[in-house]
Amino acid sequence: MFYRQAGDFKKSYREDIQTFALRQDRRAYYVLMAIAFLVVPFFINDYWASAVLLPFLILSIAALGLNILTGYCGQVSLGTGGFMAVGAYACYKIMTSFPDLNIMIVVLLAGLVTALVGLVFGIPSLRIKGFYLAVATLAAQFFLVWLFNKVPWFYNYSASGQINAPARSMFGFNITGAEAHAPARYLFCLALVVLLAWAARNLTRGRMGRSWMAIRDMDIAAEIIGVDPLKTKLSAFAISSFYIGVAGALFFSVYLGAVEVGEVFGINQSFLVLFMIIIGGLGSIMGSFIGAAFLILVPVLLKNVMVNGFGWPTDIAAHIEFILIGGLIMLFLIVEPHGLAQLWRIAKEKLLLWPFPH
Amino acid sequence: MKSLTIAGMALAMTVTSTAAMADLVFPSLSYRTGPYAVNGIPYADGYADYFTLVNERDGGVNGVMTKLIECETAYNTQKGVECYEATKGEGALVYQPLSTGITYQLIPKATAAGIPVHSMGYGRTSAKNGKVFSHIFNYPVNYWDGASHAVNHILDLNSGDIKGKKVALVYHNSAYGKEPIRTLEELSKKHGFEFMQIPVDHPGQEQKSQWLQIRRTRPDYVFMWGWGVMNQVAIQEAANIRFPMENFIGVWWSGSEVDVTPAGAKANGYKALSFHAVGTELPVFDDIQKYVVDAGKAAGAGDQIGTVLYNRGMYAAMLAVEAAKTAQEMHGTKEITPAQMRDGMEALEMTADKMESLGMGGFGPEFNVSCDNHGGPGLGAVQQWDATTGTWSLISAFAPSDSDVILPLITEDSAAFAKESAIEERECA
Repeated sequence: MFYRQAGDFKKSYREDIQTFALRQDRRAYYVLMAIAFLVVPFFINDYWASAVLLPFLILSIAALGLNILTGYCGQVSLGTGGFMAVGAYACYKIMTSFPDLNIMIVVLLAGLVTALVGLVFGIPSLRIKGFYLAVATLAAQFFLVWLFNKVPWFYNYSASGQINAPARSMFGFNITGAEAHAPARYLFCLALVVLLAWAARNLTRGRMGRSWMAIRDMDIAAEIIGVDPLKTKLSAFAISSFYIGVAGALFFSVYLGAVEVGEVFGINQSFLVLFMIIIGGLGSIMGSFIGAAFLILVPVLLKNVMVNGFGWPTDIAAHIEFILIGGLIMLFLIVEPHGLAQLWRIAKEKLLLWPFPH
Repeated sequence: MKSLTIAGMALAMTVTSTAAMADLVFPSLSYRTGPYAVNGIPYADGYADYFTLVNERDGGVNGVMTKLIECETAYNTQKGVECYEATKGEGALVYQPLSTGITYQLIPKATAAGIPVHSMGYGRTSAKNGKVFSHIFNYPVNYWDGASHAVNHILDLNSGDIKGKKVALVYHNSAYGKEPIRTLEELSKKHGFEFMQIPVDHPGQEQKSQWLQIRRTRPDYVFMWGWGVMNQVAIQEAANIRFPMENFIGVWWSGSEVDVTPAGAKANGYKALSFHAVGTELPVFDDIQKYVVDAGKAAGAGDQIGTVLYNRGMYAAMLAVEAAKTAQEMHGTKEITPAQMRDGMEALEMTADKMESLGMGGFGPEFNVSCDNHGGPGLGAVQQWDATTGTWSLISAFAPSDSDVILPLITEDSAAFAKESAIEERECA
């Protein structure tokens, strides 16, 4: 009744295949963008940037990247943390070697370096599949973390082995470093998220995305109809790693500012991103965002409600948070095994027919 | 979903922004969960109980009540940053995160916000150089002092000659564990001992291969920079390969009751460094019993009093309260700001009389903080575990570290930091 297609006529093929086919969806999207770009920057403070929005935006990029590889191309990867570390260390090395380079270019270059590394680790995927590939990428995870701990060149021979992001600015606002400006950091990440999500959406519904999905659904059949598995799998690995590398670079430079590879980019980070796409929805752009939102925002919200709202002891709150998040994950996966994005899709379909479903 | 998250955020916003500004606010970035909780809990309890004691016994710091805001970090840097951002707006006077990783995060952030950080016996060693690190303090000791104390102890045992001895460092493979390496390398050159590094990855529950390596290479002494569950596992493994415990020396973070008890009688003779007294003999513990425990206000389960890490948490709180008192005197105001707190920390003098008057005579070393020395004199002692009585006892006096080796390293490292982050050195009168 309120949410409907009536009167929304498509006059060209172009209009018919657009991302938001319904006028109401399209408007909601524009409103969201307007709020995100024009309203939020005026209200954001350090807490909102550092504790809520930056981790959400940055891990959304990582989830998008992993969704390209796992959700669209069907190659399970447990190396996300390691690839994020590549992005972070590439970012650090480029930042410190070329102090005058614009931070946006640095982040994108860090993504490219990660894409190359991802290509190398993608080669085994041509021979091994499924769980065995997961184990091979797990090796990448441990190898990369070990490498960044072991070789002092990567952390510029500092005594502690930590990397620290020096201050860099764009248009006169500090994006990284101690005096970074919260709205500038937020807008920097938001711009990259919107750009990369738009690119991912269009990649996945074009020729490349279709060949990824063909390989995912049945690789032999795909090969028979003329999809080159080598090119397809490697392109998925490269593009996915590019996204994850950008996420790692942002995670280090804009969000945290100082990073210890074993802790920040350990196996936990890999699992976190994998859980995001499983809960959010494999093979869905929207799912990457919903998954990231669920696993980043809900814990912060629960903590604030329990500790600051109810005044509970911090350890009890932390334990209850584990139980609630675990319970919610199970609940959602039982209710809808295809993730929250599928729930969202079904809800919209039902709403289109409501209140006369026949 | 969208509107749900926005509503949730709005709710979170309202609950985070309710705080009174009248009290002296001390945030406690504690960890009572995760693989490091076993060490985090006693420290957090001691820290909280001392502030409760000050409120209950003295009616606050010169009449101004203290307010402790506890925030759970799980020893995780991301959560630590969230805790910092959540509490800094509430008038936080000083941060003591009890995590080297989080300290590294806070060094640039807190300096920019003008809030002091006190990393007591952890954090970045070169923060001792107050000319570069204006808001970071690490008195009374730092890791490089610790490395030197451990070497001094084995020098004492060998009447000054350790040429050709083999020393292994078992360390947590993180910023924390890597800290002493530079100093130990320098000291090995100076004293002619052979130095080998054995990293243990977080969280350190599995150390079979490391201890196999020790069994094969047979070092004369093993030093340990461990934390959390890693300590217990290492001491157990050392017992399993029958490594002589009196040659196994942990840093002060690897020497509490919870670390040695799992290995039982086999841990007897294990040594660790320390920079404060152990046990519950001092009068202050009677006060804690009277005003905090008996009043039912003890933090946590209340079963940690007198343990090494509880005492350390208490010591950290005591130093914070004394610095606040100093700041109140200096600025002639009772309700101090973080900037005034920083001045108070920089002018802190811990004399024997002062500690005596607090009922903590001889609890820690005497020291002064100054503008260019944020680390104090670096006095430390060695304590040893007696498994039959289940007690730690100090087996040496508080002795200085080898400043000939450490000071040049501190100057070098702080200069590197100053260059990296474009800081001008402050002038110190």
